Amino acid sequence: MRVGESVRRPDGAAKVRGRFEYSSDLHAPDMLWGATVRSPHPYARIKAIDISAARAMPGVHVVLTHKDVTGRNLYGLEIKDQPVLAHDFVRYWGEAVALVAADHPEQARRAAQALKVDYEVLKPITDAEAALAPDAAKLHPNGNITRQVKIRHGDQSARADIVVTGEYEIGMQDQAPLGPESGLAVPEQDGSVELHIATQWLHVDQEQLAAVLGLPPEKVRLTMAGIGGAFGAREDLSMQAHACLLALEAGRPVKMSYSRTESFVGHVHRHPGRLWYEHGADRDGRLVYVKARILLDGGAYASSSTAVIANASCFSCGPYRVPSATIDGIVAYTNNPPCGAMRGFGSVQNCYAHEAQMDKLAAELKMDPVELRMRNALQTGDKLITGQTIDGPVPVAELLKSIAAMPLPASGEGKGGDVDLTKLPGGVSNTTHGEGVKRGVGYAIGFKNIGYSEGFKDYSTAKVRLFTKDGKARVEVHTAAAEVGQGLVTVQAQIAGTELGVNDVVVLDADTNVGSAGSSSASRQTYITGGAVKTASEAVRDRVIAMARAELRAPSGLHIENDNVVTGTGKLVVPLATLLGDEVIEETREFHPRQTFPLDAETGQADAHMQYAFAAHRAVVDVDAELGLLKVVELATAQDVGKAINPQAVEGQIEGGSAQGLGLAVMEEIQLKDGVIRNASFTDYLLPTILDMPPVRMDVLELGDPNSPYGLKGVGEPPTISSGPAIAAAVRAATGRPITRVPIRPHDLTL
Amino acid sequence: MKVACTVNGAAREADGVWEGESLLYVLRERFGLYGSKNACEQGECGSCSVFLDGVLVCACLVLGGQANGRTIVTVEGLTDASGLHPVQQAFVEAGAVQCGFCTPGLVVATHDLLQRVRKPTEAQIREALAGNICRCTGYAKIIDAVNLAAGRT
Repeated sequence: MRVGESVRRPDGAAKVRGRFEYSSDLHAPDMLWGATVRSPHPYARIKAIDISAARAMPGVHVVLTHKDVTGRNLYGLEIKDQPVLAHDFVRYWGEAVALVAADHPEQARRAAQALKVDYEVLKPITDAEAALAPDAAKLHPNGNITRQVKIRHGDQSARADIVVTGEYEIGMQDQAPLGPESGLAVPEQDGSVELHIATQWLHVDQEQLAAVLGLPPEKVRLTMAGIGGAFGAREDLSMQAHACLLALEAGRPVKMSYSRTESFVGHVHRHPGRLWYEHGADRDGRLVYVKARILLDGGAYASSSTAVIANASCFSCGPYRVPSATIDGIVAYTNNPPCGAMRGFGSVQNCYAHEAQMDKLAAELKMDPVELRMRNALQTGDKLITGQTIDGPVPVAELLKSIAAMPLPASGEGKGGDVDLTKLPGGVSNTTHGEGVKRGVGYAIGFKNIGYSEGFKDYSTAKVRLFTKDGKARVEVHTAAAEVGQGLVTVQAQIAGTELGVNDVVVLDADTNVGSAGSSSASRQTYITGGAVKTASEAVRDRVIAMARAELRAPSGLHIENDNVVTGTGKLVVPLATLLGDEVIEETREFHPRQTFPLDAETGQADAHMQYAFAAHRAVVDVDAELGLLKVVELATAQDVGKAINPQAVEGQIEGGSAQGLGLAVMEEIQLKDGVIRNASFTDYLLPTILDMPPVRMDVLELGDPNSPYGLKGVGEPPTISSGPAIAAAVRAATGRPITRVPIRPHDLTL
Repeated sequence: MKVACTVNGAAREADGVWEGESLLYVLRERFGLYGSKNACEQGECGSCSVFLDGVLVCACLVLGGQANGRTIVTVEGLTDASGLHPVQQAFVEAGAVQCGFCTPGLVVATHDLLQRVRKPTEAQIREALAGNICRCTGYAKIIDAVNLAAGRT
């Protein structure tokens, strides 16, 4: 179990046998089921709430409204602007208004339906541009601009010989983790509550819950339950506070588990956006300037919008040398569903725009699109548009070279009887046997930050314990870090195993009995929590070596290998278990990466980010332009991961991340009409199936970042950034159509 | 109402079942078999795939009452408590498991496929598993797992 090996997941056996306990599998004797009363209007004033009918329903034990929130009825990751239960206004369709707990989930649902809320329905603002109008209703006390980011870099009056402009639109994507929002709250005699929950960040949930419940943090204890995927959807509170309020009031355990439809209103989504770009270049294709206006719809509450718009702005130009940039990023409040974190976090939206612009520029210059990108490729030591000098490997040109050199898949299926329909647009609907199908190839590259930014304190805590069990050395690793599926639990064991030379490593369940790990987001956990496990393991190792030297008068240069203390030449000094005896060696360490700084409010200049990661994609598509159907034939990708701690897991991240990018490009969109979600189910919100996702050809580079543990770079998000833009480019190449919005719809290909 | 059926070889009975309860709810909340997963409860994602009288079904689309007198095998019943079925082993080895929420359904659906087709082609694998959504893996390692299992069974 060493760093660099494709070690199997320790939770794999339980998961394949159906015995891994997810948050929706929890249960307790005499538990009640919670249900949420939700707003049927995107914008309304609450005039009155009548709980009497709901309270009188069979099996009902508790009904709660905003009056019953025992602490502060506001929460939020960046801005405390969202009520736990709406009190004066509802600002989006599906906002939580009241809660019910009953013996059976169906009783709870029926009681929730019986609860009467008298609304004064207001006209919703459902467009971000409309929210910015001077006469628009103010949805929050400070107005409708959640954050505005200005980047002013280089010569603001720069002019260029070649200018291309474009306007792009990105639909609202859902993270759609398969595990629903769910958990079990257990009240204790002393007025405290124990919450078993699937979350991306235990400690920030705890902090928010303590404030909402009006309890000191030590009276709100959280234990991680199994997480059925996250992708950003579990950064904000969903049912956490609701279940705790119900349990504390009922004096009984309360389970809540959302249906898929409720899940669509129970978590934030990827920001939809409109982006206006102008690129100026010289006649050799070198960029002179980029101007952009990026408008994201943040929906009804802030969530992590302020950080998303910062990313969208910082990475707006792509990984290119841009001497002058004028970027205005705005995220606005509307009455649409709240938007926040999703894999890629702001870099996904802008990548569609900057890559389409690069292709436009290449066409204008009659230049190969890969060649144009190479000519402008960012390199180590270059200044970003935020003024930060980028250090470490910046393999933009290498990644492009790699994908361009990969062999292309065989051309489309031949006509005739032996056609594999599943490989053609339309699939087994049998819409074509290859006639009318056009092939296209497209390229895209993107980048984003790893870890928190703009001075937000980034650290993780690890406790590592070495002792003897059954005559053998054992290591226990304890952190609060969320294993969301990415394989962090494996990585932690690999790191401790590598640093301590011990074969038996157990990663304990995450909970709040150990310090914060920060969130499983921003592709940061292998770096930050991995760094904490490494640091704590090193501290334990130093004590073991000191102990060996003191007790055995052993020479210097000792290390631990395969459960033994050995000399520098590998000669056995003492078995670790013998040396330890009954001794327990435990060390807790925090790991802090280098500091970041807030963007300047007027110029957007700062060393705002800690690490940068890059990925490139090439997409091959077949389009049936007569019917507006398309099939992604292949994705090819190259990514620098610094060091692959677990190569198999890295491949899984790249394949899975590419699939989510594909989803946004060709099918995934939350469809809104007047603020109401029209497709809140897996029947109507389309996710890529095994028939939609093509094989992925990949080149994983390990270039080693001198600043990070083992030289690693965050892996999870980059594949989600460039796969979709490459598909859009391939569709443009196949059809000659502009394709300025995603997901691409049939009528974008035909009308 | 009362529901009596055979689940993973054992006679099971639940009393006081509400008529609207799905087989999935009965398996999970009444029999404590949480291996079949509740991801969409609409028959779209395949996470709750089980065998009903030997036929692959989504347990969320079967009413609890319809299971009365019938035989059900869930993911927990594919193997005894001690070991892993070759399909399960292949999923772990191939890296086909990330969050794992789709995994029980995929394991059951793969089991069904390999019972019908011993050495499926890639097209057959894709067709057979098209009703099982995985949000984490992008499916490549799932195809690897099916091939690995097919080579061993």
